Amino acid sequence: MQYLLMLFADETAWHRMSSAEQQRGVAAYQAYTEALKEAGAWVGSNRLQNTNTATTVRVVDGKSQVLDGPYADSKEQLAGYYLIEAADLDAALSWAARCPGASHGTIEVRPVWPTYGATSGTPATAATAA
Amino acid sequence: MAHLRRDIRHPGDGCDRRVNRPASARDIANAVARRSYGKLLAYLAADMHDVSAAEDALAEAFAAALADWPVHGCPDNPESWLMTVARRKGIDGVRRRRSREAAAVQLETIAQMQAECVETDDVEPFPDRRLGLLFACAHPAIDVGIRAPLMLQTVLGLDAKVIASAFLVSPEAMCKRLGRAKQKIREARIPFAIPERNAWRERLDGVLAAVYAAYAEGWSDPDDADLLHRDLVEEAIFLARVLVELLPQEPETLGLLAGMLYAEARRRARRNAQGEYVPFDEQDLRLWDARMIEEAEALLRRAGAFGRIGRYQLEAALQSAHVERRRSYRSDWTPEVQLYDALHALTRSPVVALNRALAIAEVQGVEAAIAEIRELAADKRLAQYQPYWAARAALFARVGNDQEAMHAYEMAIGLARDPAVRGFLQRRQEEIAARNHRRSG
Repeated sequence: MQYLLMLFADETAWHRMSSAEQQRGVAAYQAYTEALKEAGAWVGSNRLQNTNTATTVRVVDGKSQVLDGPYADSKEQLAGYYLIEAADLDAALSWAARCPGASHGTIEVRPVWPTYGATSGTPATAATAA
Repeated sequence: MAHLRRDIRHPGDGCDRRVNRPASARDIANAVARRSYGKLLAYLAADMHDVSAAEDALAEAFAAALADWPVHGCPDNPESWLMTVARRKGIDGVRRRRSREAAAVQLETIAQMQAECVETDDVEPFPDRRLGLLFACAHPAIDVGIRAPLMLQTVLGLDAKVIASAFLVSPEAMCKRLGRAKQKIREARIPFAIPERNAWRERLDGVLAAVYAAYAEGWSDPDDADLLHRDLVEEAIFLARVLVELLPQEPETLGLLAGMLYAEARRRARRNAQGEYVPFDEQDLRLWDARMIEEAEALLRRAGAFGRIGRYQLEAALQSAHVERRRSYRSDWTPEVQLYDALHALTRSPVVALNRALAIAEVQGVEAAIAEIRELAADKRLAQYQPYWAARAALFARVGNDQEAMHAYEMAIGLARDPAVRGFLQRRQEEIAARNHRRSG
């Protein structure tokens, strides 16, 4: 089962950090990504640029509306994500707690809508099949 | 119900939790609410053979007391009063569902009222059935993972949401699991009884393991800012105290409590003024809680007098040895290795094997320890065990195998939950990187 870990954090904090702190922060995320990969849990991840680069689009009555800025204005912004493979929510929460983002921000954990026929191949399904 | 105790206990600063401080009215209220809740619930649940129904009846009894006591005064024996009302409510099947939050607020007020009349409450009208409840919670038919949460909720009255956070489970899932366990107790007629002699050892192990699990969950993340985890450690220690009180003749219960107290005594020493992680061998001994260590030593001696060794006594004995070594500047780790040998023979735990390897490094040298560690690498249970990677990194760093050390640090950092531990490991990793850089440059 896949889970999306959405990392919310105060994006202005980055600029207030010293370059040594920034380096250490990046290194912590690299180590976390590495640990996910070694565990076979990593599916994808990305850091996002700040919300001042965001543009929102929607189509109302056939007319597209394009707005400058993020969809939601909040104190903490979506700063990045990890898409992970985990046996269940408990395992996903355990990975979320290890993410550096859990210490300096908030992580929203959401199960991905399952697509039948897609390659999920969790040990649990393999075990039941066998 | 934990919210209420949380509120009573810490108004926000979180510093009113030192053991040595004289008991305030709030502490007494907290103790009475805690004590009464578990006792009353254990009695009711055994009576009704239904934990959920007993919880509802008790919540109603507390609500009734809140309405009655301010008008008619606090009864001579509040517990007995509450029990009579709760049983009537339960028997009548009057189960108007009240929200847990409301019940929590009611219980808080009652705790304060009870504190005022605690001196008159010297009659003990009920047999203490908490032990039966503990055995029911840790019954082999109950899923291992839910035993500790179930004990925390039924015996101590902790709120499901608080338990969920501490065990890193979603609140909804925790409520469901607790509900399912209670349903199992009711439907399978799991006995609220003290087991027979022949099943005693195994059943007691289940209870001790669950108390230990509650404690380990709190200890795994010792960040001082993290009230939730600190609370769980305290609750687990209280649970162990209840167990010692109920089973004073069982050396393993004494050993369990002793082990918890040794670790808890070092809490303040585990962080420096900057909030950074301080490993055991670099801790400032003046920051250790000497009285708590003394209590642990006394418990361990009491346990030893029974002449029946066990896992928890060995764990406590190890803590005792580590403490004694630091205090006496002993450099020979032979006693530690021997204790780890005994513990490993008993448990076959890979975590014990890991700690033994670290002790072996001090006696037979780092290479011997690395050989042990390499063997442990095959154990899948350690693949995502953060302390394994931290230990591996430290050992490889000591022999100058920087490549292995760098990778192990990377894993240890990536698997760390605690930012202080993460920071500590990052600094160590940076030192090796710098050393490498100088060498190659």
